[in-house]
Order: sequence, then C-alpha cells, then structure tokens
Amino acid sequence: MYVAVKGGAKAIEASHALLDQARRGDPATPELSLAQISGQLTLAVDRVMAEGSLYDRELAALAVKQARGDLVEAIFLLRAYRTTLPRLAESLPVDTDKMRPIRRISAAYKDLPGGQMLGPTFDYTHRLLDFALAAEGKRKTVEPAADAPQTDCPRALDILDREGLIEQVAEDDASPPDLTRDPLQFPAERALRLQNLARGDEGFLLALGYSTQRGYSSTHPFAGEIRIGDVDVEIVPEELGFAVCIGDVRVTECEMINQFQGSREKPAQFTRGYGLVFGEGERKAMAMALVDRSLRAGELGEERTSPAQDEEFVLSHADNVEASGFVQHLKLPHYVDFQSELNLIRRIRADQTREAAE
Amino acid sequence: MIEGYNFAYLDEQTKRMIRRALLKAVAIPGYQVPFASREMPLPYGWGTGGIQVTAAIVGRSDVLKVIDQGADDTTNAVSIRRLFANTTDVATTERTEEATIIQTRHRIPEAALREGQIMVFQVPIPEPLRWLEPREAETRRMHAHADYSVMHVKLYEDVARFGHIATGYDYPVVVDGRYLMKPSPIPKFDNPKLDRSPALMLFGAGREKRIYAVPPYTAVRSLDFEDHPFRIEKWDESCALCGASDSFLDEIVVDDSNKRMFVCSDSDYCQTRRAHGHGPAAEAKPATATKDAAE
Amino acid sequence: MRAMEAGFADPVSDAQAAFRAVLDAMARPGRLAHFAAPAEVPPGLGRAAAALALTLVDMDTAVWLGPACAPAADWLRFHCSARLAASPAAARFAFATAGECPPLAQFDLGTNEYPDQSTTLVLEVPGLARGGALTLRGPGIETVEHVGIAGLPSGFWGQRDMLHELFPRGLDIVFVAGNTALALPRTTRVEG
Ligand SMILES: [Zn+2]
Repeated sequence: MYVAVKGGAKAIEASHALLDQARRGDPATPELSLAQISGQLTLAVDRVMAEGSLYDRELAALAVKQARGDLVEAIFLLRAYRTTLPRLAESLPVDTDKMRPIRRISAAYKDLPGGQMLGPTFDYTHRLLDFALAAEGKRKTVEPAADAPQTDCPRALDILDREGLIEQVAEDDASPPDLTRDPLQFPAERALRLQNLARGDEGFLLALGYSTQRGYSSTHPFAGEIRIGDVDVEIVPEELGFAVCIGDVRVTECEMINQFQGSREKPAQFTRGYGLVFGEGERKAMAMALVDRSLRAGELGEERTSPAQDEEFVLSHADNVEASGFVQHLKLPHYVDFQSELNLIRRIRADQTREAAE
Repeated sequence: MIEGYNFAYLDEQTKRMIRRALLKAVAIPGYQVPFASREMPLPYGWGTGGIQVTAAIVGRSDVLKVIDQGADDTTNAVSIRRLFANTTDVATTERTEEATIIQTRHRIPEAALREGQIMVFQVPIPEPLRWLEPREAETRRMHAHADYSVMHVKLYEDVARFGHIATGYDYPVVVDGRYLMKPSPIPKFDNPKLDRSPALMLFGAGREKRIYAVPPYTAVRSLDFEDHPFRIEKWDESCALCGASDSFLDEIVVDDSNKRMFVCSDSDYCQTRRAHGHGPAAEAKPATATKDAAE
Repeated sequence: MRAMEAGFADPVSDAQAAFRAVLDAMARPGRLAHFAAPAEVPPGLGRAAAALALTLVDMDTAVWLGPACAPAADWLRFHCSARLAASPAAARFAFATAGECPPLAQFDLGTNEYPDQSTTLVLEVPGLARGGALTLRGPGIETVEHVGIAGLPSGFWGQRDMLHELFPRGLDIVFVAGNTALALPRTTRVEG
C-alpha cells in the first residue's frame, strides 16, 4: 500500500543521529576543541564571522565544528543565531586610520610612510605540501620585529588626495542604512551596497571581481592599499555622552585606485573602490573593492553593460545563505506542482493528437 | 520548549516589524509589503517566510496545522511543526477544521475553511511578473500603475503556441480588481478556494522579503480570456483509498510498467472520508492519463 | 512626581493577543475588537489605543500625537522607545481624538510604488457600535456591515472619500473607543 515519503518524523530522527555520527568521525581520534578551531583554522573562522555578520570567534568556531567544516552551512548557523540577539547599541564608525596593523602593503608605491609590512601571508610561499606539518609539532618562531607594529600609517590614497588626484570622499554623519533591519530596495545607495557586499559570498564576489579584470566592465584597478589589523569599537552610551571603547575587532581593508575620470569642468582624477571585511580576508576584501567600483558605474556616468555593474543582479544574488537555501530547496517534494504540469502537458498533447487526426 | 529562545523564536522587536507589515498587507490586498526578513533556523526556500508570519501571529491558544504537498506527515511539514512545538508549546493538529492557523506549502486543504481561520502560505517567488521582468525597480513601477500588459501578452502567446494557458500551478490572479498576485505554487485546482474565502490568507516570502495578504471575502480572479476561460484540473480516476472524485490527486507509479494509482494529496481529507466509511470506488477504472474538466 | 503607568503585564502574550485583535479588525472591517490589557493606561490614551501602541510602536516608528494624546508622550518613550514625529505627514502611527483630527490628506498616504509606507491613524471616538447608520462594503466584508461611529467632525467622510481615487495610496484608520476598536482599511467603502 501507499507509503512513499510519508512517515517523516522517524526518518528525520534517524537522519539527525547519522549526521551527528558523521560529524564526530572516528571516536578513536580526539574530538576537536573550539580552541583548536578558532586558534588553528583561523581563516575559516574569519570567513564565517564575516559572512555570518557576527564577530564572535567562539560561536563561529562552534558553527564550523557543527557544520562539519562546511563554511556556508556554518555561516547559516551563525546568521540564524544572530536573528535572536537583541540590538543593544550602535557603534561609531571604526577608524581604520588608527588600525594596529599586522600587515600593510601598497602595490601603487614602492615605499611609503609607515612602510610595507608583509605580515602572515601566503603570498610568497611555494605551494608545496609540507609533509613535515603532517607529522605535527613543527613550528617556526618569529623574533619580534625590531620596529614595533606601526600604529600610525597614513593611507596611501591620502598621498593622492593631497595632490587632488583622487576623488574626494564626502563626509557623511548620517546613520547608514541597515539591510538586516530594512529590506533592500533599489536603487541602493553605496553604504547599503557595501553592507551587502561585506556579507556577500566570497566565491561570488571573487568571480564577479575577476570578470571586471577580463573586460566585463574594466575599471583599471591598482591595489592602492591593503591593511589587516585590529581596530577599536566604540559606542557612545546615552547616559555618558562620550565615546567608550568596548573592544576591538580584526578587519581587512582594501582601497583600490581606479581608472581616472574627468571632463572639461572637472580635472582628471582617479576613482576609488572599497572593501572591508571582518577578520583576515584579503581575497574577499579585494574582490569587494573591485565590485564596489564597478557598481558605481551609474554615479560615475559609465554605461552599464556587464554583470558586475548591475546592482540588482549583484546585490540580489550575493548572499550565500539565501542562494544556498533556494538552490537546495529543489530537493523538497514538488509533486503537487509536478502533477499539475503533467496534467497540462497531457492535455496539450491530447488536443494536438486530436487536431492532427481531424 | 527549548531554552534560551523567545516564544516563537523571534524577538519581540522582529515580531513588531512583521506585524506592522502584516497589517499593511491586509489593508492593501495583493500588494507585496517589503519586510526585513530574518535568517531563521530553517534554510531559505524551506518556508522561512511562512515561518516568520506564523511566529508573528501565533499565541498560546492557537491550534496549528502544518502541511506540505497537502500532507501533514511529509518531512518538511514535520520539521516545521516540530520547530513550533519546540519554541511555543502550542497545540498542533492534523485536522483542518480544528486548526486556527494552517501553514502550508503548495496546497489549500480540500475541506472548506471558516471565519477566524488563518492560512499562512510559504512563498518562493512572490513577484508574478518576475519571470517576465527580472528587475525589481521595473516590476514595482508596473504594479504602481497596474500595468500588467506583459502578463496578458505572455498568456496570449501561450494560447497561440499550445492552445492553452500553459500554467498549471502558481497561476496568476488579480486581487480585488487591482493587484496581480502569485498565489504561491498551489495547483490551479486550488485557485477558486482563494476567491471570497471566509478565512484570512497570509503569504510570506522570506528570502525575497515580502509579505502579502488576501482578506476574507475578497474577490480573487484567475486570469483568463473569454474564449479560453480558466479551468481547473479534473481526473477520470478517483482516490484509490477513499474514493473521492472531487479532490486533488497525487499520481503514484506503482511498478515499472507505468501502472499507477491516484490518491488524495490532502491526507486529512482522505483520512476523514475513510473514517466516515468511504472506500475505493466499487469498479476501479483502468488508470489512464488525466484530462481537464469541462471537456 | 507621578509614577509612570505600567505597560503590558506579560509583554509577549499581551502583545500577541492585541495584535491578533487588530489583525482581525483590519481583516474584517466593521467587527469590533476588544482589548483587556494593559491594566493601566497613560493620560491621553484609552485602553485600545495604549494596547496598539505597546504592540506596534518602537524605535523604528515615528509617532505623531494630537493635542489630547500628547500627555502620553513620556509613556510612549518609556515603554515603546518611540520617536515623536514633528508632523502628521512624518508619522508611521498617529494617535488623535475625533474632535481634533487634522485633515486626513495631511497624513502620509504612501506612494504608488510603496503604498505601505503610509500612516496608520488611531482615532479615539466617543463610541463604536455594530448595527449603526454607516454601511461598509469592501474586502473583508461578506455582503455589508452596519456600524455606528460617534463624534466625528462633519466632513470627515467626505475627506476620506476623496482619498479613494488615490488608491493604492491611502490612510488606514483604527477607530478606538475605550477598550474597543474598529478598523477601516483604505479599501473599505463607507456610505450613509
Ligand atoms: Zn482519498
């Protein structure tokens, strides 16, 4: 008799048990601790915090563990938890001028005040599997650098700014919009676009940014400056009336110097693209800066011809929690709708057969 | 109830935001109200819009029914019912007539709804014009001016090409003579149940961040042409379990020679009929392909 | 100093019950909704109006108060974190009494693109009754509903009729009288 996919409750419970077993793996191997994940899979935790829009290393590590290392799933876990958190205060904008950098480079200048600081980067490693690492216990230590981390690095782009060679950024004290509190509406202002991109899927932004380098709306970018480090987070409690620091967050910031523009009225000057993400996420910050610049096409009077310039296309599809859910919902039963389609196609064919016979 | 979460999962501020959207949705029938949809513990596409609507309306005295494909025991219906059981402790039921709130994916129950009941639909794509015009800025303008010509052209092209309006589910409707609306992916069989229903119909699209509504006793017209009037599906067969000939039937392939049987998609309707002594029709007809009504 | 009146005794359940009452009122124009909470009401608001404020107003909604409702401002700030709007046109929610209601066209009627971004007016009247002289038709009403709404200034219905041709823009009104409420969404036609 008819049973098919019904009787779901038992099946769900069994599936949960199997999932837990699969997550744990071989019980003879020690279980991963959250400290191990947040301390040794740092970049996985950083990505989960960035796209999960929640800065909490321990919760992000828990999400990575619970998601069996599936970062998009971990991001989803963190976002769902974020939903339940009360909103206690609004921070002041973080001041990346005052960042305590662990890395700072500019591709536009050979040297600049504050210097180039490589920091912990994969950039000049040879991508050779390190079998010594498989044996565990291998460790390189670093002597603390003689010149302590710079706390006052002027921005590379400020050098251009002083010469008037790059567009000014208008100071704006207005509260930025927040797409987690008001639904995204089009056209979207730049602050809203940047929020969307900062939460957006790294792979999606990477591909879009890449496409702009291959002729789909070229923006002639130079990596003006990339810096990674810690910045203070400050709030102004109503009862105090002045700013107090409530902690710090590590962020990665990328400022691109792009194609210059000008007209008879306005002297030629470079334009900007901006990227900022939680944690160490250089690839994401750079891709974000490329896409930010492309999305400014309208404002800068450029013709919109490519996907990366199309704000509805980019912003509506950048979120991997949304995308992952909707792509995968196709696994849910659709047999009622399929029955409707079957019904319709049979009827159309029956009519066609009858007409052919007449 | 699970510890550490508010009643019905959402915090009170989020509920207020959704409640404000719901009131405007009811006040402007068929218009899609943007709302700041939250990430829920179930994935987008799994009914997060419906879940947020239910979470914003449900109270301790409600009786909740959750169906997917018309059935209470499909896996996703079980999962959503469990979420509310874990976060609210409200009573749940499989009986349509006992429910005060019915959250659904893809069906409207066969049993007539009554005043005071609320249907909550899970909506994947709320915008009826989306597949004709992908841009939100453009479709919003069309709704503002009630400019639905692209939809009429599309349906007309269907007729020219196939001899029929080639839409079997999520069949577009006009609400109260003004807004074009997607009824969510219910089969067109269910469209007439929306028209002047005594129940309140609420629609939630979580990923697309829209809420809309059809108040009770509101005209809901399925689009059609004079020479191609709207018609619902009908089957030559009746339900193999309860003998019903007036319900939406699921087609089940029972062997590899394409033999099939048909059973009610609405599991409560089927069980209720069987409890009242209905069984398979006396002479089982050979299973054949289905045909539409009115032929 | 006067002690501030309390809000909902059970914020979660009381707000849910009040919301369902007003949702039902909005979905079925002409039916009366009843509000049992909050136990205390602030100066300037009746129980139904206070319940609606506690249920729907927060830091994200600007509120305009008519002169007779203005004494409730501190209570609204305290319980709802409400921001006060400078004018009816800037308000998401407006609370007023029938005698001093501004011209209806002065409220935010939304836009054709976003008709939801419009004021909801909560208007305190001396009395609400079913079976009165007004005939209601429209969505939510099976055939017709008859209601009585007391104390409205002359010309009120004329002003409201003028808004119909602006649809989908419009004004949604919840009439309140003490513990009861009756909603007229913009779609309801009123005669008589
Ligand atoms: Zn049956």
